[in-house]
Amino acid sequence: MRLNGALSSADQLLLDVLREPTTVLTFQAREWNLLLRVARRARVLATIGEQLEQQVLLEQLPLKAVEQLMGAQALVNQRQRMARWEINRLHRALADTRIPCILLKGGAYLLANLPVARGRLFADVDILVPKAYLETVETTLNQQGWEGVKFDPYNQRYYRRWMHELPPLRHRDRQVETDIHHTILPITSRLRPDPNLLLEAAQTIEGTAFKILAPVDMVLHSATHLFYDSDLSDQLRDLVDLDSLLRHFSRAASFWEELMPRATQLELRRPLFYALRYTQALLGTPVPFNVADEFKSQRPMAPVRFLMDGLVPGALFPGHPDYPRWLIGVIRWLLYVRSHYLRMPMYLLMPHLVRKAVKRIQK
Amino acid sequence: MKVASLELPELKEYLYRTGLYLQTGPFTVRLHGQLAPLAKTIQLLYGDFPIAEGEVIADFHISLKRPINLRYWWRPQVLFHVDGRTPFEPFPLKLAMPLLEWGMNWCIATRAHHYLMLHAGVVERNGLGIVLPAYPGAGKSTLCAALIHRGWRLLSDEFGLVRIQDSKLVPLPRPIPLKNQSIEVIRAFAPEAIIGPLFPKTRKGTVAHLRPPTLSVERMAETALSSVIVFPQYKAGGPTVLEPYSKAYAFLKLANSAFNYEVLGVKGFKLATEMVRSCQCYALSYGELDEAIVELDALAASLHAA
Repeated sequence: MRLNGALSSADQLLLDVLREPTTVLTFQAREWNLLLRVARRARVLATIGEQLEQQVLLEQLPLKAVEQLMGAQALVNQRQRMARWEINRLHRALADTRIPCILLKGGAYLLANLPVARGRLFADVDILVPKAYLETVETTLNQQGWEGVKFDPYNQRYYRRWMHELPPLRHRDRQVETDIHHTILPITSRLRPDPNLLLEAAQTIEGTAFKILAPVDMVLHSATHLFYDSDLSDQLRDLVDLDSLLRHFSRAASFWEELMPRATQLELRRPLFYALRYTQALLGTPVPFNVADEFKSQRPMAPVRFLMDGLVPGALFPGHPDYPRWLIGVIRWLLYVRSHYLRMPMYLLMPHLVRKAVKRIQK
Repeated sequence: MKVASLELPELKEYLYRTGLYLQTGPFTVRLHGQLAPLAKTIQLLYGDFPIAEGEVIADFHISLKRPINLRYWWRPQVLFHVDGRTPFEPFPLKLAMPLLEWGMNWCIATRAHHYLMLHAGVVERNGLGIVLPAYPGAGKSTLCAALIHRGWRLLSDEFGLVRIQDSKLVPLPRPIPLKNQSIEVIRAFAPEAIIGPLFPKTRKGTVAHLRPPTLSVERMAETALSSVIVFPQYKAGGPTVLEPYSKAYAFLKLANSAFNYEVLGVKGFKLATEMVRSCQCYALSYGELDEAIVELDALAASLHAA
């Protein structure tokens, strides 16, 4: 099943390279000019560079391409250094409190040395703590130099009342943002995965008191974040992460057996369905069962599936750098509304969207 | 093929349609923009620069477009696009050339991490490479502009590109932006110099661009070894003194002045220390360009003899 109808030629090129890195060996200048730009825009340039380096192909590539791949890698390395240091400082600040802290997403990938971390451009640090300790964590961090980033009282209320995380924090001496979560989806969201289950199953890693999610939970969190907590816009990188996680964890025989029951237990079957459907269709992720069959009764209805199939690929990919299409703008807007619809009920959604629109016009 | 070998209509064809693949130092820039005055200025300032006839891999794809907004007719603007993104606010349309130059600098500084990029002027004579790190009040652009009209080769007035594998200095001889009084100073200093149109009311005052000497452009593939680091400081009417500078301070200032020192991490540290160790370090305070050049010429001569 190929879902790449909405993709531009540049996106298709990127997809081909992600699926099969050796494709670049056939490239002329024209293809390189497209690939380097879309891959950079999609934040996967360094990931591709890593794969090519691992397959020892860099010597066969044109110098200009290698220079750009190496440049992207240098930026990735710097961000990873900054991330590790931030995690180190957070650990130092919070270790004495003995509060269970789980590193989420990039931070976890980095400390657990997962293949997905290679070439991945790191942004914020995400940590999950039990809700009861949220205030203590915030106070402890404030005392040691972390400050809130969003001062607008509306944003503060928005985060504290409705969201699954505190307003972002940043240490006054550094630039990395830290998000403290108490669950993985906003409290007003339609899906309510129980964070205690995640905390109970968390795994330890050597050398730090911070924990990471169990493999199945990591995958489910990534899937939920992409399909239920984001507008999918330009989020191809997250799909690539999912593909990498699935391939890596598949090596354990029990992974697939545990994944489905866990998704049921956490009420996250729908995001998992989308995750498996799109990683398989777009990136060719090997899934050892028929997704359609496995999810039989819990799949979204045919019209919804059809709609998502049409919208998701176009939204995920960056689009052609020289020929932007207005249709993609429409697609992204629809998914933007969807993401908010999933996060909060109508009576909260409407005023929130109106307020956001007004702010944008004011700018 | 060079830009100068194209007639203006042909140049416009390239700029308006497929894009002009311009070679500036080690960077290939694909330029696209439907702006007639810009085409003329590019022809003037970039005349000696090579261009590619077909498609080649470009380091940056730059497009200057007029945004379609309410200001299309009243005080029109121009927007800088690179790889489909617009990193800056729009500029007044008249300032398209300064926008292009600053935009290109931004692209290089944010991407070219296969070099250690110093914020410095670099000139060369008889195999001696001098790095002139930039600090406010240094007057490095003016000093570079003067030096290159007194026998020194221009590597760059802005970017000291240090190649990571062998620490060689890689030339990037682009048009030199002169500001305010410097424009007249250089006109008087080097009447043969070609200076582009004046752009008043930019963020930095009035700006004009000096066309790089043909010989410097023709030798842009020739790297240089860094032998000397000189920290210039201009003081109107002050004495001209060239004296040795502490290597410890030189390292700090050099690292601080680099665009991407932090990005390179340990590699950046090692490159900077190696450079400072192997180079002679000086501080040059000067009140007159001629006097500064005398000092640097003498330094070059003494090191050449050694």
